[in-house]
Amino acid sequence: MDLFLQSLVSGLLIGGLYAIIGIGMTLIMGVLKIINLAHGQILMVAMYITWVLWHTWGLDPYLSIFITIPLVFVFAEGLSKYLLHPLIEKDSILPENQVLMTVGIGMVLVELARSIFTSDYRSIQTSYTDKSLYIGNISLSLPLVIAFIIAIILTVGLFYLLAKTDLGRSIRATAQDKFSATLMGISAAKITILTYGLGSALDAAAGSLLLPVYYLYPDVGPLFTVKAFVITILGGLGSTVGAIAGGLVLGIAETFGATYISSGYRDATGLVIFLIVLVFFPGGLKRFTKV
Amino acid sequence: MSILRLDNLTKNFGGLTAVDHVSFTVNEGEIFGLIGPNGSGKTTIFNLINQYYTVSDGKIFFQDTEITHLKTHEIAKIGIGRTFQKVRPLKRLSVEDNVMAAAFARESTFAGARSVARDVLKFCNLDKSSNLLAGSLPIGGRKRLEIAKGLATRPKIILLDETAAGLNPGELDEAIDIIKNIRGKLGITVLIVEHIMKVIMTLSDRIHAIAHGATIAEGTPEEVAKNPTVIESYLGSDYNVEDYLNA
Amino acid sequence: MEEKKTKLLEVSKSEWGILIAAVILPFIFDFSPYVQGLLIFILLWVILGSSWNLLAGFTGQVSFGHAAFFGIGAYAAGIPYMHFKLSPWWGLITGGIAAVILGYLLGVLVFRLKGPYFALGTLASGEILRLVFGEEEWLTNGHVGILYMTTWVSKYPYYFIALALAVGAIISVKIVMKSKAGFYFLSIREDEDAAQALGIDTRKYKNVSMVISTFWAGTAGAFYMIYMGFIDPEVVFALHNISIISILVGIIGGVGTIWGPAIGALVMVFVQELFRSAIFGLAPSWVSGLHALIFGVLVIIVILYLPGGIVGDWHLFKKKFGSSKKLEVSK
Repeated sequence: MDLFLQSLVSGLLIGGLYAIIGIGMTLIMGVLKIINLAHGQILMVAMYITWVLWHTWGLDPYLSIFITIPLVFVFAEGLSKYLLHPLIEKDSILPENQVLMTVGIGMVLVELARSIFTSDYRSIQTSYTDKSLYIGNISLSLPLVIAFIIAIILTVGLFYLLAKTDLGRSIRATAQDKFSATLMGISAAKITILTYGLGSALDAAAGSLLLPVYYLYPDVGPLFTVKAFVITILGGLGSTVGAIAGGLVLGIAETFGATYISSGYRDATGLVIFLIVLVFFPGGLKRFTKV
Repeated sequence: MSILRLDNLTKNFGGLTAVDHVSFTVNEGEIFGLIGPNGSGKTTIFNLINQYYTVSDGKIFFQDTEITHLKTHEIAKIGIGRTFQKVRPLKRLSVEDNVMAAAFARESTFAGARSVARDVLKFCNLDKSSNLLAGSLPIGGRKRLEIAKGLATRPKIILLDETAAGLNPGELDEAIDIIKNIRGKLGITVLIVEHIMKVIMTLSDRIHAIAHGATIAEGTPEEVAKNPTVIESYLGSDYNVEDYLNA
Repeated sequence: MEEKKTKLLEVSKSEWGILIAAVILPFIFDFSPYVQGLLIFILLWVILGSSWNLLAGFTGQVSFGHAAFFGIGAYAAGIPYMHFKLSPWWGLITGGIAAVILGYLLGVLVFRLKGPYFALGTLASGEILRLVFGEEEWLTNGHVGILYMTTWVSKYPYYFIALALAVGAIISVKIVMKSKAGFYFLSIREDEDAAQALGIDTRKYKNVSMVISTFWAGTAGAFYMIYMGFIDPEVVFALHNISIISILVGIIGGVGTIWGPAIGALVMVFVQELFRSAIFGLAPSWVSGLHALIFGVLVIIVILYLPGGIVGDWHLFKKKFGSSKKLEVSK
């Protein structure tokens, strides 16, 4: 039973981080109507920024979100403006042109990271890296708990932004119907570019929060890209609440897969669930959460 | 002899009844018009006949065989061709290739399909454009390409969905001639949905009028045009039919 | 319009030229084993790229999981060898068949999906296979991989086998695209619903495309096992190095064109090797680390400025040089 609870709790904690990765992806999918196959790579960029900040100036990874979020936001806006947006006008044989562009972007980011930082595994040792809290026999990794709390704060902040501000309303309107949004005076182009930045910024926050508990190397990017779309499909496309559910489910599924099947199947569990949901429950978990 | 028969055809979208117990029979060799105001369910009926939508209730018969549960591609195979109101050319293929793709429904060789395609293109006055990319045709040409694709599947009956919408007067006359010839020269039965009164009134042998998904009248063009319910619901109560027909 | 008798396969003069050059060049020049190896890799990518292109470029089903078929083909050659000492050469038959069976079964699942969902479904399928083949050591030897002493030391025999397979792949695509099935593939790519209204059983023809495509991917995988003498799941089921590169080869050369994948393969291997060798040793050695990066940048540039790929947008080049030959209809 302890093992079960331990897996559940660990899964939930990591799931909190997955959730904000998923929300970022969902925002992008909702507005740009594309799968962002550079999502994990952008997270990787944030992890490297965080690592450099720690390594050079000793900046705490949790504080570095105040730097990685704006930095990645601007960077991703640039990508969106100069590489993704121009493709809307271009007639191409495969409608997946923008998706393929994100593949190219992801590839360049990974290779840039490899050129600068080599393929070495990196991690950081903070004073709290190995600390744990205990509830009964169940241990909670302190860095994950802190990350979980920050993730909740960011999520609440984002929901406020989407629900209460003009910008948020414009984003939601564009996601629902780009054409009508344009008629109501919303610059769909601006919102589209901005949303890619916003989604990536959330992703960046997750990157910074992950660094204390996760090894960093260039190929961490593709790994998280796969996780990101698994979360999003699990949650039902375009649903932010669904993305949270998707993140938590993936976190739990991974830890259970690792505990009860074999550690090698940690990543396979998520993918199998993903494929089943994709094919047989096209609405994702949204159907069950009714949100 | 009946070629296509709808028997109490009904379609519900959630709580909305888009088609409400519509029944009519199209006879072989006829040009049969289907009219109704915008949103009255004409295109929905087409989409039910060729099974883009599943029928909620009622039955569809083709030459007295029930076809309510066939698949879309099977509907085309048994001999029901159709065009789309929103033209859907395969835009990166040439005009001829577009029609060839359709001709393969009955032909298995490249040469056979090409010869069918060329005949059909000539019939639709498109033979001079056959090497153009379909996406580059002007609207009149695209509408005729739609008809050509429908004909290339060698149907026994063709469903034409607003083939004349958006055409200029010259193109309109051309389209009317083509539709006349579909029956006259090719002997194919036509079921036509059309907004432009001139087209439907000159072409149809019989007309079936619907409003809000339900039947309101059926008869010859004259009968339907004078039917008070049709005039009110379709043309507006202050409408003078004679003025319109003479315009 | 002149009436020409339609033949099953039409081969242009330049195509004959390329083929003859590919056959006799190795007899004229004494290529180093390094160059021979590169040529073999180009041919391998021609096969995989053409395979992907048939399903994605011509039929519009953008697969992100072609490594699944390549990998299953490689293991179809490797597993019988590992367990029963059967020669991996049988893989040239079993590899294609295994991939076709897998492709058909996967098709039942993933053809329910459209557009980006299809892409994700295939991607996940490929990844699942990679993980499963890594874990099931009793069957696959896991991450240790399967090792086999290759039949010949010289690379020339492999070159000609690869050439024959690449020619076979291109010919099969050419023939199919001139047939009823080819027209149906294009119709499905352009508008699946409209295709059904023309009487096309879209599900069936997507399967036909899948079968031909996966056959070549599986055969390529089996050839890889025979030629390299070593496979492991991370190599043959690689998401990036197989699935994604298959796509990029097609994109660079031109999706939905017969010769696109071949040109794309040539460009990819050439650009990567140019930089891997630090521009033949002329540039400082750190340049060699940039080969994959440069390729990525090339992909971005092509998507931005040549959306039809090198072959598909060839007329843009021609226009620049003043030639006004009539454009060929892209298909």
